[in-house]
Amino acid sequence: MLSIKKMGFLRDPKWCEMDIKEFVAKVKSGEINVVEYTEKVLEDIEQINSNYNYFSVITKELALEQAKKVNRSKTGKLAGVPISIKDCICVKGVESSASSDILKGYKPVFNATVVKKLIDEGAIIVGKTVQDEFGFGGFSMNVGNSFKVPYNPFDIVRSCGGSSGGSGGITQKSRYLHVSIGESTGGSIACPASFCGVYGFTPSYGVVSRYGLMDYGSSLDKIGPMAKSLDDCKKVFDVIKGHDIKDSTSLDFRENEGEVKKVAIIKESFNVNPKIKDIVINKIQALGYEYEEVSLPVVDKYALASYSLIAMSEASTNLAKYCGLRYGYQPEMKEMYNDYFSKVRSETITDEAKRRIILGTFARMAGYRDAYYLKALKVRTLIINEYRQKFKEYDILLSPTMPILPPALDEVKYLEPLELYKMDQLTIGVNLAGLPHISLNAGFVDGLPVGLMLIGDQLKDNNIFKALEGIDGS
Amino acid sequence: MKVNKEVMKKIETNARLNLSEEEREKFMAQINDVLDYFDKIKEANTDDVEPSFHPMAIKNVFREDVVEESLTQEEALVNAKHKKDGFFKGPKVV
Repeated sequence: MLSIKKMGFLRDPKWCEMDIKEFVAKVKSGEINVVEYTEKVLEDIEQINSNYNYFSVITKELALEQAKKVNRSKTGKLAGVPISIKDCICVKGVESSASSDILKGYKPVFNATVVKKLIDEGAIIVGKTVQDEFGFGGFSMNVGNSFKVPYNPFDIVRSCGGSSGGSGGITQKSRYLHVSIGESTGGSIACPASFCGVYGFTPSYGVVSRYGLMDYGSSLDKIGPMAKSLDDCKKVFDVIKGHDIKDSTSLDFRENEGEVKKVAIIKESFNVNPKIKDIVINKIQALGYEYEEVSLPVVDKYALASYSLIAMSEASTNLAKYCGLRYGYQPEMKEMYNDYFSKVRSETITDEAKRRIILGTFARMAGYRDAYYLKALKVRTLIINEYRQKFKEYDILLSPTMPILPPALDEVKYLEPLELYKMDQLTIGVNLAGLPHISLNAGFVDGLPVGLMLIGDQLKDNNIFKALEGIDGS
Repeated sequence: MKVNKEVMKKIETNARLNLSEEEREKFMAQINDVLDYFDKIKEANTDDVEPSFHPMAIKNVFREDVVEESLTQEEALVNAKHKKDGFFKGPKVV
């Protein structure tokens, strides 16, 4: 029932006329010299980075070394494709710090499973992208002192979203083919995809291995691709998905061959800036969807509180390992055991990380655990059930990705923590329930991109791609 | 107010954080503001509802207890600044 009109597409035709499919074919036929192409890509991202701060590290040597190999072998599903990696995902021998000062200088001695899979298929790793420290934020402003805040590709005074902000920014701004690997705990792929006008796909929980990811909320974290086209997103997702013995939560994912028949918009999610609402509805209509409307009252009322309590509780335990031993920031050890750990942590991590550690520690403390942490987990069950109920009837749910346009960095600075957490309102429910979702550009308001989000049922990731089939104009 | 100074100090010890008096006051106000909002979940009826520790059921994963390839001692220590005789060196305990 879904027929999608061919649509104009956000890229500079001069440089980005190729998607992965065409590019890889040209690499394999020898029409594109991967070394020369990589050199141009590096020059381009270095220039962009000097104005927009999307990278914590640009891996020039590694990229050129890989490019030489691919130039010789001419093999792999991603032969020669330039890919950047969010800073919280380990790349062997490359400083990987989740944009935190406590991990400054840390060079992993192994590749995360996703990175290994990408390299094995001929991808060229060009750098690590800046993010909110450990993923704590939606605007990429909570970076450690040794990192710079990335800027929105459409307006330099505005935020590019977060926490995978550098990934969103470079994917939009790069004049060449580019895919970035992001990570989402509560919306960290969808938000920057929306604010930067690119595709950002967050797979179902457990579908992509998280081995080598610096964890934030272990029951929430998911790794996914951000790209200039839907097909590029799908091609990279197909490479990185799959069971991994090194990640005990990774699932044996089977492709579903279901059909996309019925779609619905989420009523509560359209209570946003009216200009955003109009653009998103127009896009839904342009996509040719005949939609109904559903209401998700439990998600609307309780998702933010339930999500925040779970995410912060998990973060407070996951961050306990960062203490100035083994890797990262390791000053001289003058103090006793606990004093040294407290000193290292207090000196390095941002205020936002401290707040989340404090809140998470509180929510798990004897006397409060049942009222907060456990209660949040029970409410999560209600939320999962509410979505499950809707997916009995519908295949795809639709919503704007963000309730606001990319805000000015100066405005965000003055918001209170609770106001900032509320910005994630539309993306946390789906993340809490581990549902696959994609954000794509729906159009522009005052020159700023607006995102439309498609949400699928658990482990029916392919329905999302089916629902958008043909959108690249192919 | 749920979190007072006494609770804050306990959290700081548990979480290994040193806060100045000024930071403590600032965080305490923000955290109580956030907790007031989180209290919303108390009204949700969760009688007979099981907690969801993951979005979907996750099974325990076991493997045979055999030695497999792993990092060498040298590799494991490569990022450590404080090390001695092939071991990590920690701060004083006593």
